[in-house]
Amino acid sequence: MKTKTKPKAPKSSGEIIELRLYVAGQTPKSLAAISNLRKICGQDLKTRYHIEVIDLVKNPALARDHQIVAIPTLVRSLPVPIRKIIGDLSDTERVVVGLQIVEPKRA
Amino acid sequence: MRPKTKNAKNGKSQPRVHELRPLQKAATGIAGLDEITGGGLPRGRTSIVCGGPGCGKTMLGIEFLVRGALQFDEPGVLMAFEETPEDIAQNVASLGFDIEDLAARKKLYLDYISVEPSELQEAGDYDLEGLFLRLQSAVQAVGAKRVMFDTLEALFSGFSNPGILRSEFRRLFRWLKDQGLTAIITAERGEGTLTRQGLEEYVSDCVILLDHRIRDQISVRRMRIVKYRGTKHGADEYPFLIDERGMSVLPITALQLQHDVSDERVSSGVPDLDALLEGKGYFRGSTVLLSGTAGSGKTTLASSFAAETCRRGERCLYIAFEESPKQVARNMRSIGLDLDEWNRQGLLFCESWRPTQFGMEMHLLRIHKLIEQIQPRAVVIDPITNLIDSAANQKEVYSVLLRLIDTMKSRGVTAVFVSLTGGNEDLERTNVGISSLTDTWILLRDVELNGERNRCIYVLKARGMAHSNQLREFRLSSSGVELIPAYIGNGGVLTGSARLSQEAKEKADALTRQQEAERKQQQFARKRLALEAQVEVLQAELAEIEHEAKLAGVQERKREDELLLDRQRMAESRGSRQD
Repeated sequence: MKTKTKPKAPKSSGEIIELRLYVAGQTPKSLAAISNLRKICGQDLKTRYHIEVIDLVKNPALARDHQIVAIPTLVRSLPVPIRKIIGDLSDTERVVVGLQIVEPKRA
Repeated sequence: MRPKTKNAKNGKSQPRVHELRPLQKAATGIAGLDEITGGGLPRGRTSIVCGGPGCGKTMLGIEFLVRGALQFDEPGVLMAFEETPEDIAQNVASLGFDIEDLAARKKLYLDYISVEPSELQEAGDYDLEGLFLRLQSAVQAVGAKRVMFDTLEALFSGFSNPGILRSEFRRLFRWLKDQGLTAIITAERGEGTLTRQGLEEYVSDCVILLDHRIRDQISVRRMRIVKYRGTKHGADEYPFLIDERGMSVLPITALQLQHDVSDERVSSGVPDLDALLEGKGYFRGSTVLLSGTAGSGKTTLASSFAAETCRRGERCLYIAFEESPKQVARNMRSIGLDLDEWNRQGLLFCESWRPTQFGMEMHLLRIHKLIEQIQPRAVVIDPITNLIDSAANQKEVYSVLLRLIDTMKSRGVTAVFVSLTGGNEDLERTNVGISSLTDTWILLRDVELNGERNRCIYVLKARGMAHSNQLREFRLSSSGVELIPAYIGNGGVLTGSARLSQEAKEKADALTRQQEAERKQQQFARKRLALEAQVEVLQAELAEIEHEAKLAGVQERKREDELLLDRQRMAESRGSRQD
């Protein structure tokens, strides 16, 4: 009999990763980044992701305050240290490595 | 492309007459730069300022922004990639630019763009929209007309995708152009290319190259306009300096010899010297060279001229390279010149700096700046020989002197240059042929005779006037400078005590001759008296003889008469008997 290990409840992992995705309006790159990000985070069920999407067209002052040059930019603010990734996140492996997300284990 | 207007009647577009509009320029406000570029940087376009490290690119860009905001009412944006605004503000505070104040008054917007390669991982396609958004909001915040990027090349180190960077650069410059912003980007000098990263591919309306070299331990800064589309620009290298007032470039002004000339004459400060110059002195706006060996009195003459200029109520700039102004003032007091007084009245400006401090170009530039600031009517450079680098070649020295004289002439400033000649050299041959550049040349010479050394002065040349060719003895006393005609006689020119003794001798000789003449006169007088006496005696004799002759004649006649009478009587007596 195969025992299925249930995916652990997020609470028990104790890790919360805060992500902020900076985009500029509804450009193709921005939309792609959003969808890619959701996909990556969806695959990883162990950790809880807190994703915030910031549209710099609506709020340009934030670009200066948060030192954003490239769009899209993904910033992992928690846990420290801060990590930044630029691009539409189509290169999944790079994203994972860059964010230092624990590899989603196959059940 | 010809702009077309729509004709409302038939809906067809009609070509407008092609209007020729000259290229609009944005003045930089930097001394000299606007002259070389013919008005400033191209308006609404992007210019590149490239050069090695420490050559002044950032300084130029910031001065462009600051002066734009202060002098031309054009607010600006500074997008800094390498230094934070605080650092930059501190760096330029020494130039008198208060960046923070300008930012507070919304004349300047500073944005620091941090591009940390270690932070950035690239995962997919991206663009630099964030930069654009920041730039846009910055421009809108202050209503900017000018932008400076320092230095855009930092983006190359942060982002490794050259394709994306290239297209984004193109987009950026197009955007700047569309917005009508005049922009400057700074870039590092490349080895084979103008800029290391080849930015001139994208934007090359105007490229300015700055250079900073060390020659003979002296720092020399040069600027060159490599390219300026659509405008005639000075293509040479121009020296520039950065000092507490910002940047100044020295343009070569009208070297076309088209200055106005004046017929007016100004006194040299020494009436006896004026007497050698048609009694009137130098031409206003001319250049005078006072040359001579050490201790021959050049500074004295130069100071006399300076004092005279001030006495006329005109400003005079006195640049001293060998003595401090105080020393010159003290020394001149001994001949009755009070230079301090003119200083106090704000007519005499004494500047002094060590000639070895700077290279020739820098000296020239400093003098140029002083003239611009003070606007004097006369300038004295004492001595000019110190300006000349021993290492520089003839051509360079000539060029510097030419520019210096040109600066003066184009402003109608009378210039007096003091030139020190070595003791062994032929006095009438100066180092560089500067004499051919000056209008008047006055030589001071020492004449050694009989154990004495006396100063002599003569006018070697004076263009445009009939000057005296005579030598004069040059004497200083507490009442000033005196020129005494030297004795010129059989023995040549004599001066000093030799002259005095010769003069005394001449006087004695003259007296003797006079006495001799008198004596001779007396002799003649005596002789004449003697002869006259003789003449009188002879005349008396003559009178006597005549008298006697007369008497004799009378007697003879009387006898004759008597004889006749006797005969008659005899005849009568005889006659009467005959009867």
